[in-house]
Amino acid sequence: MAKIVGGITTSHVPAIGRAIAQNLQQDPYWKPFFDGFAPVQKWLDEVKPDVAIVIYNDHGLNFFLDKMPTFAVGAAAQYCNADEGWGIPTLPPFAGDAELSWRLINSLVADEFDITTCQEMLVDHAFSLPMKLLWPEHETPPVRTIPVCINTVQYPLPSAARCYKLGEAIARAVASWPEELKVVVIGSGGLSHQLDGERAGFINKAFDLQFMDSLSTAPKWATQYSNEELVEQTGTQGVELLMWLTTRGALPGEVVERHRNYHIPISNTAAGLMLFECR
Amino acid sequence: MTQASGFNVPGTYLFDGDMAMKGYALNKMCFSFNDAANRQAFAADEAGYCRRYGLNAEQCRVVHERDVLGLLAAGGNVYYLAKFAGILGLDVQDLGALQTGMSKEAFKQMLLEAGK
Repeated sequence: MAKIVGGITTSHVPAIGRAIAQNLQQDPYWKPFFDGFAPVQKWLDEVKPDVAIVIYNDHGLNFFLDKMPTFAVGAAAQYCNADEGWGIPTLPPFAGDAELSWRLINSLVADEFDITTCQEMLVDHAFSLPMKLLWPEHETPPVRTIPVCINTVQYPLPSAARCYKLGEAIARAVASWPEELKVVVIGSGGLSHQLDGERAGFINKAFDLQFMDSLSTAPKWATQYSNEELVEQTGTQGVELLMWLTTRGALPGEVVERHRNYHIPISNTAAGLMLFECR
Repeated sequence: MTQASGFNVPGTYLFDGDMAMKGYALNKMCFSFNDAANRQAFAADEAGYCRRYGLNAEQCRVVHERDVLGLLAAGGNVYYLAKFAGILGLDVQDLGALQTGMSKEAFKQMLLEAGK
């Protein structure tokens, strides 16, 4: 049967794409961020997952306010990247697996997660950058992908507790797949940062570190908070840590932290990276 | 600025249903900037482009004046406004400096300090 082999959580900012396009990985500003990925790249080379379920938030590329799904799941043979407004070079399309997507969709809805299905879905930097960071030597990542998008644009957002439960439902879905497949769950977002308002530039290192610790020792710790409380603690966009909680919720059984990195700042953001392995 | 009930963090705004309705036209215009041809059309005739998207007078004014806090107050959502900022050649540190009243250098220094 299919098995979730691990989870990877990372931050994303558009400037990473610009840094990659300009080959700035070893530039002093970027080096502490990019170097953090080496152990995770090595783990992926060893484990060789077949499928990546990518939990991310759209930044106004695929979804507009006319229709804003709380949870959306891709169901396409491939997913294209596109210009998000800044003319940064786009990446080639990412392979999907529509059959597996529909299996996930069927399981989630049976499990009372009434998600939106997308047979066309443009994926933005929150999806594409982790692919480039985790498999930098590959033109396209050597996995089939299933995008899972969580609304962080327009309130109300799903609660931290609800996102964790979505992760658990994803784990149940994967466990029901009969094929011998290795699945990695990737969560893209956070950590603390705030782009808008007079409090722009807000970063909360103490909370971020406590949150990262909690994912190892008490994974549901952050589900005690409302999104308003998370915004207070982590900034308006720090609430993207919902992607990390969803990812952690999707990791079944005994989970071991294999690697972490934390660096302030990239752009306006505290950048975190964690690798969890399922035993 | 309208706030979700009970939320009160200084200098921090939640983009709720009221804001989503108020800023719809402004955000729709900014969403159009995903397309390079639309960015060029805006640059060629800013006022006409704003009119085409049905921005109200206040929204036209804050677009014209590049008033970042004004854009937020007029219902602009940061994810869509970021595309407008791109047209202006502003990065997120520029936006941070404009909103906090700091110089860009001071804003960047504040980010570095947060890591210590």
